[in-house]
Amino acid sequence: MAGADGDDSLYPIAVLIDELRNEDVQNDTETQLYSLKMYSIIHIFYNTIYDEDEVLLALAEQLGNFTMLVGGPEYVHCLLPPLESLATVEETVVRDKAVESLRKISQEHSPVDLEVHFEPLVKRLASGDWFTSRTSACGLFSVCYPRVSSTVKAEIRQHFRTLCSDDTPMVRRAAASKLGEFAKVLEPEYVKSDIISLFTALASDEQDSVRLLAVEACVSIATLLPQEDLETLVMPTLRQAAEDKSWRVRYMVADKFSELQKAVGSEITKNDLVPAFQNLLKDCEAEVRAAAANKVKEFCENLPEDNREQIIMTHILPCVKELVSDTNQHVKSALASVIMGLSTILGKDNTIEHLLPLFLAQLKDECPEVRLNIISNLDCVNEVIGIRQLSQSLLPAIVELAEDAKWRVRLAIIEYMPLLAGQLGVEFFDEKLNTLCMAWLIDHVYAIREAATCNLMKLVEKFGAEWAQNTIVPKVLGMANDPNYLHRMTTLFCINALSEACGQEITTKQMLPVVLKMSNDQVANVRFNVAKSLQKIGPVLDSNALQTEVKPVLEKLATDSDMDVKYFAQEAITLQS
Amino acid sequence: RNEQIPLQHDGSSRLNPAPGCKAPRWFHWPPADGTGAGWEQVCRFQDPKPADLSMEEESDTRKINNSFLRDHNYATEADIISTVEFNSTGELLATGDKGGRVVVFQREQESKTQPHRRGEYNVYSTFQSHEPEFDYLKSLEIEEKINKIKWLPQQNAAYFLLSTNDKTVKLWKISERDKRPEGYNLKDEDGRIRDPSTITSLRVPVLQPMDLMVEATARRIFSNAHTYHINSISVNSDLQTFISTDDLRVNLWNLEITDRSFNIVDIKPANMEELTEVITSAEFHPQQCHTFAYSSSKGSIRLCDMRLAALCDKHCKYFEEPEDPATRSFFSEIISSISDVKFSHNGRYLMTRDYLTVKVWDLQMENKPVETYQVHDYLRGKLCSLYENDCIFDKFECVWNGSDSVIMTGSYNNFFRMFDRNTKRDVTLEASRENSKPRAILKPRKVCVGGKRRKDEISVDSLDFSKKILHTTWHPYENIIAVAATNNLYIFQDKVN
Repeated sequence: MAGADGDDSLYPIAVLIDELRNEDVQNDTETQLYSLKMYSIIHIFYNTIYDEDEVLLALAEQLGNFTMLVGGPEYVHCLLPPLESLATVEETVVRDKAVESLRKISQEHSPVDLEVHFEPLVKRLASGDWFTSRTSACGLFSVCYPRVSSTVKAEIRQHFRTLCSDDTPMVRRAAASKLGEFAKVLEPEYVKSDIISLFTALASDEQDSVRLLAVEACVSIATLLPQEDLETLVMPTLRQAAEDKSWRVRYMVADKFSELQKAVGSEITKNDLVPAFQNLLKDCEAEVRAAAANKVKEFCENLPEDNREQIIMTHILPCVKELVSDTNQHVKSALASVIMGLSTILGKDNTIEHLLPLFLAQLKDECPEVRLNIISNLDCVNEVIGIRQLSQSLLPAIVELAEDAKWRVRLAIIEYMPLLAGQLGVEFFDEKLNTLCMAWLIDHVYAIREAATCNLMKLVEKFGAEWAQNTIVPKVLGMANDPNYLHRMTTLFCINALSEACGQEITTKQMLPVVLKMSNDQVANVRFNVAKSLQKIGPVLDSNALQTEVKPVLEKLATDSDMDVKYFAQEAITLQS
Repeated sequence: RNEQIPLQHDGSSRLNPAPGCKAPRWFHWPPADGTGAGWEQVCRFQDPKPADLSMEEESDTRKINNSFLRDHNYATEADIISTVEFNSTGELLATGDKGGRVVVFQREQESKTQPHRRGEYNVYSTFQSHEPEFDYLKSLEIEEKINKIKWLPQQNAAYFLLSTNDKTVKLWKISERDKRPEGYNLKDEDGRIRDPSTITSLRVPVLQPMDLMVEATARRIFSNAHTYHINSISVNSDLQTFISTDDLRVNLWNLEITDRSFNIVDIKPANMEELTEVITSAEFHPQQCHTFAYSSSKGSIRLCDMRLAALCDKHCKYFEEPEDPATRSFFSEIISSISDVKFSHNGRYLMTRDYLTVKVWDLQMENKPVETYQVHDYLRGKLCSLYENDCIFDKFECVWNGSDSVIMTGSYNNFFRMFDRNTKRDVTLEASRENSKPRAILKPRKVCVGGKRRKDEISVDSLDFSKKILHTTWHPYENIIAVAATNNLYIFQDKVN
């Protein structure tokens, strides 16, 4: 580029500006935004509404961080027009981002600016023609309400009321989802006079997509009201929601049950929520039962301690027993993922008497996911009753999963092996599970062989190098002579994984000779993996072995007839030198 | 059967609902007093597409060449219209064709000086919605033919529609652009790249007004959810979800999420040899977001309530008319297959079309339809030849007028039928080029069976079965209809005095 007169410094900026407005938008959003930051000239992005979504999204996000770039808080209101436009586009993610940025910069407005600039924007959005702007308005009321005068507050409340009964379900949904948040910033007297009626109306909306959002609001509203008002103001609606005709609403109740339980307090929990929870556990829709089953442990944990055990034993446990033999596997597996947690709550005797039969039944379940979930949570039970109680049933379950026809199931159980080994102890492991771990090494699915290799490493970390030397290493090295080249490669992969955990001595004395010998393998894949292995275990070896044994072999491989072998051998040489 | 039925209306129908008016004024068709003149043609579009090819650029030579080939009697397969649909205000009308194109028409602005132009539509936007594809895993060609178009209620200045072929649903945004950026730094006015050394000052591009451009962009692509052919799509009144239906399954989608859909109905038997019926069409209730109906090839309709369970394999209502053993024949099962199901605008009734009839069902009565209309009963004696030429498998659609008082459906020989539910009068009209002068009043047609043929009657034997009207649509609250006849789109309105 000609001249050092400063012209060339303009060039990159020129590129950036043009890129910003380029019609065939590339995914080079970052560059565009960077240029934007440098050139925060409001009127460029005032008209950006035509652009691609990704650009708009990033723009909406970045504008929230622009306060300093436009000259600090006193000028922050000049960011409002572009964000207002962005808050009305049809793409939800962009709108949400714009609202998020608006919420952020609202905090930077002085109280005066908030009333002069921000609040009128909220009103404009709230009374916009299209639902897009009205939904965006719903998220802005709560941020400006605490900081405006009481007349403006009254207007805001009125706007919110209007949006709660909007014609389009989208706006009602937006209002319902912001109801709890808005209630939090309202003065207590308005919570009772305004919010409760809106809440009741939304909770009985004709659209179940609106009703279910009211359940969420229920949590925040209940925390705001004094205990004595809950019974009359919130509970009728909550009871109605728990028995709603639509399973989606009941699902939402089940899903939010722990939050609801905390919000309404122990007295109402005992009288109302326990029976409601029982019903949800027996719901006719499997989705609802699964959601409720997921909450069993949390619900029991949060019960008031004085009669927790009695409530669980008489009310909850009978339902749980039924769920163990549910017809739907998702329900059973949801339950299996939390049921072990009950043992810590109920203590040793109850666990042995009541829960153990359930665990054992689930360990024999036809669905592998259920069995897996039980096995993955064994640690809870171990603390309470010790694992020996279970080991009789555990072993067949593990063996069956280990040989499951679906490789994903096998993969899952492998991942629990280190945990199980820790719980069961080295003797039990050697006796019962070691053969399984070795069998996985010759599985016909690569992912399983890979996981098995990784599993061995974790086991060695747990049980130590000596154990490895006695039980694992001989078997692994034996596979180096296997007629199947895939198994020979597994040996190399195992060595890669184990060398560090086993330490220098075992690696040099036992593993290295095998690796070196395999450099003469007739299969090129094995040979280049030898090169890779040598590179991998290099740091574990002493320099003498490297020089006298490894280097010659690598040099030989570097002249191999196969291109890949050459490549990896050369790579290893360069890395080691 | 009555002969020539005057199709009329009263003058009040000229009243357009005010913009944003939620309760449109209904008017009856045909009115009792007989003051009007009948249905007149307002526009006809042949091969409704690139009327203004300028938007498509010159690159698309195939289409331009095609247009030379087209004479008046020749239509390529790709030009055959496969669906027509008004949007919720009636302002726009969309057609889809076998070539995967969508053409959107916009209504002429009403002008005080030319009140007769009120029903005229002009091409607004044209775009290629679907392209032919090949499924390599199944070695199957996927046609680009647009099976259905559904408009979303308008949410902002842009319009949105869903279009589907056999496998993939797409959400299109149709928007206007009247500004473009000018004053780039690196390019001069003609778009040539400037020599970097000549750039000595920076300018910020500005948006300048330009001629209005309508652009269509695919916003979402909902794919990989259907093993069989999609026959219908329907948008839920919660404006958040829609369903897509193929021969054996109904899937529920969120309009914003393309990588996941929920299968809510699955009638696939474990053993495909036990398959006895397929789903032919499905639609959401216009107001109750939890209710939808689907029709089957066995002539039944099932109503499902999504509140009851996540999977709607169990229906909550089952509409079926017991078969009359007297009329049973080899063709009974084929002709009872339902080709279209539509809820009435008020949500009280369901209308179904089978091969020979249109039936109206009250949602409260499952054992028989409340009304049955014969569309072309004179074909009952010709089912054998209709079977041989495959016509018996034609899928006719049916539509309600805005006030649910009239229903319309198609027939052969470019005939289409209207039935007034209150007066029980019906009429046969023809969409044809012969009387396709603008403003021409449509003459009612009559088909005669048997020997003696009166003047202006058409004999059953001379009906042209290659000319069929499968797809029609009725303006949401005015008496304007659009009728697709092979590669022609006709728009008719009731004549204003």
